[in-house]
Amino acid sequence: MAEAMAPQIKTTPVEAQGADAGVTKRDFLQLTTAAFTVVGVGAIAWPFVGSLAPSKDVLALASTEVDIAPITVGQSITVMWRGKPVFVRHRTAEEIASARATPTSELKDPATDQSRVSRDPWLVVVGVCTHLGCVPLGQKPTDAKGDYNGWFCPCHGSHYDSSARIRKGPAPTNLLVPEYTFTSDRALRIG
Amino acid sequence: MALGLHDSQVSNPVLRWVDQRLPVVTMIQKEYGSFPTPRNFNYFWNFGALAMINLMIMIATGIFLAMNYVPHTALAFDSVERIMRDVHFGWLLRYVHMNGASMFFIIIYIHIWRGLYYGSYKAPRELLWMLGVVILLLLMATAFLGYVLPWGQMSFWGATVITNLFSAIPVIGPTIVTYLWGAFSVDNPTLNRFFSLHYLMPFMIVGVVFLHVAALHITGSNNPLGIEPKGPQDTLPFHPYYTIKDSVGIVVYLAVFAGLVFFAPNYLGHADNYIPANPLVTPAHIVPEWYFLPFYAVLRAVPDKLGGVVLMGAAIIVLFFLPWLDTSKVRSLRFRPITRVLFLLWTVNFFVLTWVGGKPAEQPYVLISQICTMLYFVYFLVALPLLGRLERPLPLPESISRAVLGMKASLGAGPMPGAVAAKPMEKA
Repeated sequence: MAEAMAPQIKTTPVEAQGADAGVTKRDFLQLTTAAFTVVGVGAIAWPFVGSLAPSKDVLALASTEVDIAPITVGQSITVMWRGKPVFVRHRTAEEIASARATPTSELKDPATDQSRVSRDPWLVVVGVCTHLGCVPLGQKPTDAKGDYNGWFCPCHGSHYDSSARIRKGPAPTNLLVPEYTFTSDRALRIG
Repeated sequence: MALGLHDSQVSNPVLRWVDQRLPVVTMIQKEYGSFPTPRNFNYFWNFGALAMINLMIMIATGIFLAMNYVPHTALAFDSVERIMRDVHFGWLLRYVHMNGASMFFIIIYIHIWRGLYYGSYKAPRELLWMLGVVILLLLMATAFLGYVLPWGQMSFWGATVITNLFSAIPVIGPTIVTYLWGAFSVDNPTLNRFFSLHYLMPFMIVGVVFLHVAALHITGSNNPLGIEPKGPQDTLPFHPYYTIKDSVGIVVYLAVFAGLVFFAPNYLGHADNYIPANPLVTPAHIVPEWYFLPFYAVLRAVPDKLGGVVLMGAAIIVLFFLPWLDTSKVRSLRFRPITRVLFLLWTVNFFVLTWVGGKPAEQPYVLISQICTMLYFVYFLVALPLLGRLERPLPLPESISRAVLGMKASLGAGPMPGAVAAKPMEKA
């Protein structure tokens, strides 16, 4: 019954009138309406998408303070930073020397030791293997340290040297050096 | 046309390919484009569309809130505060969702009021009306479940009062309550399952709304005169006339919504719900949110526990029977002067019921709630059945176009056309 009520509508498309009469007021209204609709949709979507970003409490945990005074020479500690392990190693003189002595041509991901270290004898790297994400061994004195006296990833056999650079194995890049600063002689802040 | 493909008239080739296989474009053009709609709608007819928009807003904000809310008694209250303070735009999502619930009930009550005044529940729209009552019930359930989630004092004690109502059912009542709770009182299992159901029910509402609109499109809309369109001269295509009118309505609705959200976000709420739930401390006055107050008044008006529950349910269930309770052949109260006055008094009575529902259960409020409850039911169960037979209605107009355009114009003799043609804009 509703169908029978359909009136005879001639909704003339804009082109038929506008083609020969130039730009009409209807064109202007349609364009401005469309433009404001786009702005409106954007304005509505912005808070929804924005709410997906890390919230303020997550951002507050984005920095980790580390007291490095108790770390003895040759000792490595692991701290959590943004949900990931970070290795802080108090390197021995031999470790620093062997890292410096390596020519960069031997490295899969060339980088000098000096570029990866901000203050000797401290090395700070993210303890996540750049291959597929396992946590490499080498933090404990009893751990395997690999062929280059750094870290060894047991998952697929990546070897990292005393500057945490990849030397052998499937990992493509060196262990990531995060942003960190020394807040004093005894402490540093990661992130 | 190849076997199985829809004979599509869509001009754009990509859209036509889709339309041939699933005629969504044709359907949209038919149901929301050219759909013949009575030309004499007033702004009361905007509220169905507003309800749909509100439903979409509630689902969108609800989904994003659920990304941060934790449905555990130890964490729920704090997770809401975290949303308010730490989640970017969390305060906005929460306040929109919270005030959106109130907006939903404002819209739905006005939408129902329109149906009552203009006789939209009468044949052939009985099923459309009953689907609407189902939506109302689902909405009330969803709102109740949602209010429990922040786990404030009112959340907890409102949940305790309402779930305890089911213990009034003879024999099996207490067992039902234990199964509802999943525990020996409103506790963590209750909160967890309420969260699950609160997420589910809006999608049930979407399903019934689809049926509601489908039923409407079979019978066509009612209109303020309550007389059926007799031909194309009585109707207008939904687009552009009612799309633009709905746009105006949406702007007003958004303005009211924004006023609440940005300038008075807690005005309609209860301060006690900012106190974390404490099972050992009952608030001095337990009240539900404003939209439940009339039914709360009916519940407390009856001294008997089961009687109160039954009457509160009856207050909504009576709506299902309205198409048969109202015996008048005339739809719109515009042409029923006595019923119209009684209905306006019933409306005032509904506001009084709302007010008294928020008052403590003491005299004189108890007596007032009892009188108002009686008047509420008397209108539906006594007045409407009798008035349909006894009242002499005013003469109805011949047709919609005659009433709207006047005698000469609706016959096509005047300067205005009998059928509507949307003329292109004149160049200035």
